[in-house]
Amino acid sequence: MGRSFKNIYRLGLKELNSLRRDPVLIFLIIFTFTFAIYSVATGVQTELRNASIAIADEDQSELSRQIRASFLKPYFKQPALIGLEEIDRSMDASRYAFVIDIPPDFQADIMAQRKPTLQVNVDATAMTLAGNGAAYIQTIINREIGEFVRKSGTNSKPAVTISMRTRFNPNLESSWFMAVMQVVSNITMLSLILSGAAVIRERERGTIEHLLVMPVTPGEIMLAKIWANGLAIILAVTLSLYVVVQGVLAVHISGSIPLFIVGTSLFLYAMTALGIVLSTYAKSMPQFALLAIPFFVVMNMLSGGTSPLEGMPKFLQIIMQASPSTHFTSFAQSVLFRGAGVDVVWPQMLIMLAIGTVLFLIALARFRSTMSASG
Amino acid sequence: MADTQVFVAKIKSANHRYGETIALDGVSIDVPRGEMVGLIGPDGVGKSTLLGLMAGVRKIQQGNVEVLGGDMAETRHREAVCSQIAYMPQGLGHNLYPTLSVFENIDFFGRLFGQSARERAWHIKDLLQSTGLAPFANRPAGKLSGGMKQKLSLCCALIHDPDLLVLDEPTTGVDPLSRLQFWELIDRIRVRRPDMSVITATAYMEEAERFDHLIAMDDGKVLAVGTSDEIKQQTGAKTLEEGFIALLPEAKRQGHSAVVLPPRVAHKGVLAIEAENLTMKFGDFTAVDQVSVKIERGEIFGFLGSNGCGKTTTMKMLTGLLAPTRGTAKLFGRTVEANDLETRRRVGYMSQSFSLYGELSVRQNLDLHADLFDLPKAQRKIRVAEMIRRFDLEDVRDELPQGLPLGVRQRLQLAVAVIHQPEMLILDEPTSGVDPIARDEFWRMLIDLSRKDGVTIFISTHFINEAERCDRISLMHAGKILAMDRPDALRKARRAKTLEDAFIGYLKEASGDASVDDASQPERVPELAKATTSAPRLFSPNRMWAFARREAMELVRDPIRVMFALLGPVILAIAMANGISFDVEKLDYAVLDQDRSQESQTFLENFSSSRYFNHKTPITSRIELDKRLRNGELKFALIIPPDFGRDLLKGHTPDVGAWFDGAVTFQAETSRGYVQGVLSRYLAEFARQEKGGASATVLADIATRFRYNQAFLSVFAISPGVLMLLMYMFSTMLTALGVVREKELGSITNLYASPASKLEFLVGKQLPYVGFGIISFASLVALMVLFFDVPVTGNFFALAVGAMLFAVAATSLGLVISSFVSTQLAAIFGSAIIVMIPTLNFSGMMYPVSTLEGGGWFVGHAFPALYFQKITSGVFNKGLGFASLYQNYLWIGFFCLLFWTLATLLLRKQEA
Repeated sequence: MGRSFKNIYRLGLKELNSLRRDPVLIFLIIFTFTFAIYSVATGVQTELRNASIAIADEDQSELSRQIRASFLKPYFKQPALIGLEEIDRSMDASRYAFVIDIPPDFQADIMAQRKPTLQVNVDATAMTLAGNGAAYIQTIINREIGEFVRKSGTNSKPAVTISMRTRFNPNLESSWFMAVMQVVSNITMLSLILSGAAVIRERERGTIEHLLVMPVTPGEIMLAKIWANGLAIILAVTLSLYVVVQGVLAVHISGSIPLFIVGTSLFLYAMTALGIVLSTYAKSMPQFALLAIPFFVVMNMLSGGTSPLEGMPKFLQIIMQASPSTHFTSFAQSVLFRGAGVDVVWPQMLIMLAIGTVLFLIALARFRSTMSASG
Repeated sequence: MADTQVFVAKIKSANHRYGETIALDGVSIDVPRGEMVGLIGPDGVGKSTLLGLMAGVRKIQQGNVEVLGGDMAETRHREAVCSQIAYMPQGLGHNLYPTLSVFENIDFFGRLFGQSARERAWHIKDLLQSTGLAPFANRPAGKLSGGMKQKLSLCCALIHDPDLLVLDEPTTGVDPLSRLQFWELIDRIRVRRPDMSVITATAYMEEAERFDHLIAMDDGKVLAVGTSDEIKQQTGAKTLEEGFIALLPEAKRQGHSAVVLPPRVAHKGVLAIEAENLTMKFGDFTAVDQVSVKIERGEIFGFLGSNGCGKTTTMKMLTGLLAPTRGTAKLFGRTVEANDLETRRRVGYMSQSFSLYGELSVRQNLDLHADLFDLPKAQRKIRVAEMIRRFDLEDVRDELPQGLPLGVRQRLQLAVAVIHQPEMLILDEPTSGVDPIARDEFWRMLIDLSRKDGVTIFISTHFINEAERCDRISLMHAGKILAMDRPDALRKARRAKTLEDAFIGYLKEASGDASVDDASQPERVPELAKATTSAPRLFSPNRMWAFARREAMELVRDPIRVMFALLGPVILAIAMANGISFDVEKLDYAVLDQDRSQESQTFLENFSSSRYFNHKTPITSRIELDKRLRNGELKFALIIPPDFGRDLLKGHTPDVGAWFDGAVTFQAETSRGYVQGVLSRYLAEFARQEKGGASATVLADIATRFRYNQAFLSVFAISPGVLMLLMYMFSTMLTALGVVREKELGSITNLYASPASKLEFLVGKQLPYVGFGIISFASLVALMVLFFDVPVTGNFFALAVGAMLFAVAATSLGLVISSFVSTQLAAIFGSAIIVMIPTLNFSGMMYPVSTLEGGGWFVGHAFPALYFQKITSGVFNKGLGFASLYQNYLWIGFFCLLFWTLATLLLRKQEA
């Protein structure tokens, strides 16, 4: 047992040494965990921010002007004033996500309680923005009309109000969410490619064969790859969390980063094992690439990080339970945002460990037979 | 000009270095025309560099290289003469395409040199006949033996009737018979084309004896020039090999003397190796056929045979790397098993190619192996130091093996193989490509190990003089052992003068091949032969087509790649179109009702009856509320204040608290909107009941029109983006591997040596992948329209044209990446990042472009994905056509041009 540990340790050191001498790879790892995270977190907004809006004001009344002035930064860009005839063209060109059409005599009709119709055109191809934006716009317009009417002295106060407060991210800043989810998705992509490609590279260079004639077991070789590649990624993740996410992006992380790192290592265990399994099915680097693409794309996009798991069909939800990324995403959200402790997230950790072990056993079973047959 | 009649190439003070290493050090030579010139010398002395300079595949750093009457530094001249030069790079079949058949390989080169179908047919027939490859015309090049591969390479080089043939170690790693046949073939060709000049490098001194003119090199310098006899006379040596050694500077010759094999004392006891009927089948191909050997302890056992005859496979079975299909192998009386760590400790193995870690220093490699073989700590340091001393590695102990000459690397490999003092060594061609002095040194070490330490050595080699040093040798051919005995016994058995003749005799007998010598009488060369080597043109569609055709054939021969390239996008599209959904429904929520009145029940019913919400067990305390939000069970929680009902009826406007889980920001926003909606409805209803009749709270009707996607379903909005992303990703990644793979595998030299331009090569490589992209597009559109019911509301033709343009742009981006990086790993990695991150975030696929700011906006607009996204969503969702989208076509077209330019600039047409 002691020998085994020593071999695993020794081979892992070798793995780290290889990585150290590959500047392109190191650059890519650093890039993905710094600049890529920053640009995504600051570039993408899922909350209503900067929404492009235009208004066709056919009324030109005091009320319509008041409505026009109510779309404020940073939620909306400065509303553009366009003519009725421009609505279709500008929306076709995706220039505005929302176009409001205030009909003629709108104010007069309101005051006369004729209940006029105001039209809000929403570009529904922008799913992430359309629904929320439309709801906001409705609320804003209703409020403006309400105030306008109250000033004119014909209103009563509402029967019930709801005070809405948000836990864990009080201002609902999407950069928090995007930053952390980008970290998760980078881990998924990197760990899969790094470990699998490391195996293929050793096989293409013949070094794996050399290891297999020494008193070293395939299990030791694999564990060495797992811990070394895992460690490299963990270092990158830790730095990224402290420096980029907490530091530069000023994301408030309420949970324990050490706990997150422990969970990350479990996830990496599962992902690197998966990378090795895939590498045993591929004969060459291009084949491995083709094999890996569907895996990391699906694992990234359907893990619940991009769009909520609840929105998927039942069968997909069940299938995605087999993916370690699904559990890691929910683990990451719980720990980093909701400040959950081990008492809350232990099931996810256990599942990742279990999935990892199954993958590891599959890799082990295939490793030896496929490694040398290529010769 | 008389000079150019006499000399085919003139080189003046050429210097060449790779980083710190000097490859050529002021070389000046004149190569006579119409002769067979040999370049001899150890490995790593600059032979390949010199040949590369002459063939025009390597960039001249310093000095003057004149070939065929012009300066090779001038691009114009190089382009003009490159169709008169043929270059065959080092390595077995490195310039061949393993999945293409013999015929297709030659055909490709013919097309590359712009030959017509008739010309090609005539040439191929002629070449196949004269090389004896005609019966194997349809066999894939990868399945040929080493000798046949080299003959095929030669065919490929000769198809365009070159005036200068440059061969870089064409016979290294080839069995004696094939070697003989190869040179006979060259001789025949020279009889037919006496004007042709041949310049060749070789590691076999016996071969060099037959050349007209020799150039001996060492350390980047020319040692001697002249005929073989002249060199022998000059040095007073009997053989060329001895003559060469005599030419070397004193320091290198030091300690060199003939290798002597002391007699072996027979060991009693268990046999070291005992193999019985070892058989290995790969599919229906029998690599090793019933091999039986018995080897005693301390014996040096030589293993000879051509490449691909089963030597390596046999050795792998002995080491346990491969499990035999049939038969048994025993080492020291124990059956070889894959998991037997004990036996592994007693064996040292050295594989054919360098298989140590290039990124670890010499010392680190030794340390690693000492550790893995678990030497006792006290002994470890001593052993490593001893190995460094014994194998003369002191000067290079801290260097990386990559930069070391082959001979030194082989010494290191041997040092690693013996560091744990094994009782047996299994060495697979340990001296291939190593110069004579280093080889002798190596053998002295082996003999030392065998005779002093009683180590059994099982070694394979191509060198006859090495075979003569073995206690016993066996000759293998096509998986079978032809003969096995002491070297002189074998020679006597065939009544041959030399061991080499004896082998050739055995091989001829076995291959049932009397020889191809008189198989082909030189036919008359038809007039058309030379006519087409016209002046180089800027862009030749024919050459581009040659590249495209070949790439397509290679792709089709790799069914796994084809399957994944075609099915991958479809599978992913199904997963994404189903999986990515922003249609938030059934949000889990719970209530802390502190009032429990009729009114609060009525109020809450509005929530529980909504399809957007899913009611969970009520909350009993604030602490519970916090906990259930924290563990992610609830998306939001409602708190009804005490006296809610009373306040409501009195018109005191009670305030309900709503807590949202903000972890997933998008979902929290949506939930807030829904809650607001439910409240509004409740208020309207309440007002209607209280006051009766029309409510005063609803003053205006706000009609929200979800345009382009009335049902507001994610599948409609997401599908066009998925189509774009998948086309993009697969096209780019596949193409990105295209060029860099040729760089790694070596076939890129065909580009260097051919008259084809970079653009022809790039566009040719790209075309098949464009085709793939279009097929993906068609299958994805069909999938969306037929199975996802996403209708094409706009002009389908506009979409199709956009897709074609986009396929070109995406593959061009792949070319840029591929031209830039140097490893396949970096290509995969780089393209995954370049495609995924900007596209998912900044292309408008997931998040609208109109909200992007700063860097994100810029990155989004810097890639073609954004423009094609506008076309797909425009045509699918918005019912648009060319008129409203034309700008995007222009942009994508612009990207094509930009990427082509970049790729052309980044790709090199010569080696450094």
